[in-house]
Amino acid sequence: MTSTDISEAVDSTEVEHEHPSDWQYIKIALILAVITALEVAASYISLGDVLVPLLLGMMAVKFWLVITWFMHLRFDGKIFKQLFLGGLVLAVVVYIITLTAFEFWA
Amino acid sequence: MATATAAPVAQDTHEEHRTSTGMSNTKLAVWVFLGSECLLFGGLISSYLIYKTRGAGLAVPTDVFDIPFTSLSSFVLLMSSMTMVLALSALRRGDEALSRVWILATAMLGGVFIGGQVYEFTTFIREGVGFTTNPASSAFFVLTGFHGVHVGLGIVMLMSAFVMSSKGKLRKEQSETLEVIGLYWHFVDVVWVVLFTVVYLVPA
Repeated sequence: MTSTDISEAVDSTEVEHEHPSDWQYIKIALILAVITALEVAASYISLGDVLVPLLLGMMAVKFWLVITWFMHLRFDGKIFKQLFLGGLVLAVVVYIITLTAFEFWA
Repeated sequence: MATATAAPVAQDTHEEHRTSTGMSNTKLAVWVFLGSECLLFGGLISSYLIYKTRGAGLAVPTDVFDIPFTSLSSFVLLMSSMTMVLALSALRRGDEALSRVWILATAMLGGVFIGGQVYEFTTFIREGVGFTTNPASSAFFVLTGFHGVHVGLGIVMLMSAFVMSSKGKLRKEQSETLEVIGLYWHFVDVVWVVLFTVVYLVPA
């Protein structure tokens, strides 16, 4: 393949991504603030066994909102998402195994 | 093949890069770095979870947490992510002056967060929970201190971007520089999202 072929192939992948408006970013930030307030409120209420899954669920939503909207993972190339989630999933799996070895869940 | 006669790009859009992958190598490298950072913080969080109740008969960090104060710090850091993304949005529109305002606001909010962490640490030490008090306190200070160092480095990067922009070296064409600083900053924010819940809110 010649250099011209390569550059044409690259050019054929060129696409334009629209970015969210400032108002959309502000709305996401407000949602994040509300979820944080709900997290803190939940930690003060006696919710028994539901509390930890609820807190972790709200944490996951906040995490997802930041990486998809503020870090643009929903708009950028898929490989960025795969690289980041690869590291994240690897970390979660490795350390769940580590915590299990230390009998953390007992 | 794109030429100089190609249609102008709209203000709120940008083109992919002309590399062998069709995307920015710099961004690719930053995402690989952030993926590896997940493993680093995963290790520190796991260490804290293992040691958090090992107080050796002395007070552990969970005994002296000030949740309302830390909630406020978390709110400040979340809002800094919003100002960061607004700085990038302004730069992409070519509004450099507004971008500088948002960059400075982000750095200041980061500074407020660091100030809050320093206050928290000194309060803990005053209440008998120091770095070497017990395994629980050591794990706590290493984890949250490491995050604080990341925030500090982020502030240095933001101030560098502010100076570059003031000198006219950070224009719309160089918006990727601010974008990668933003990626780092947002990552520091999501790490705190996890720490706030796992360290402060989930009961021991």
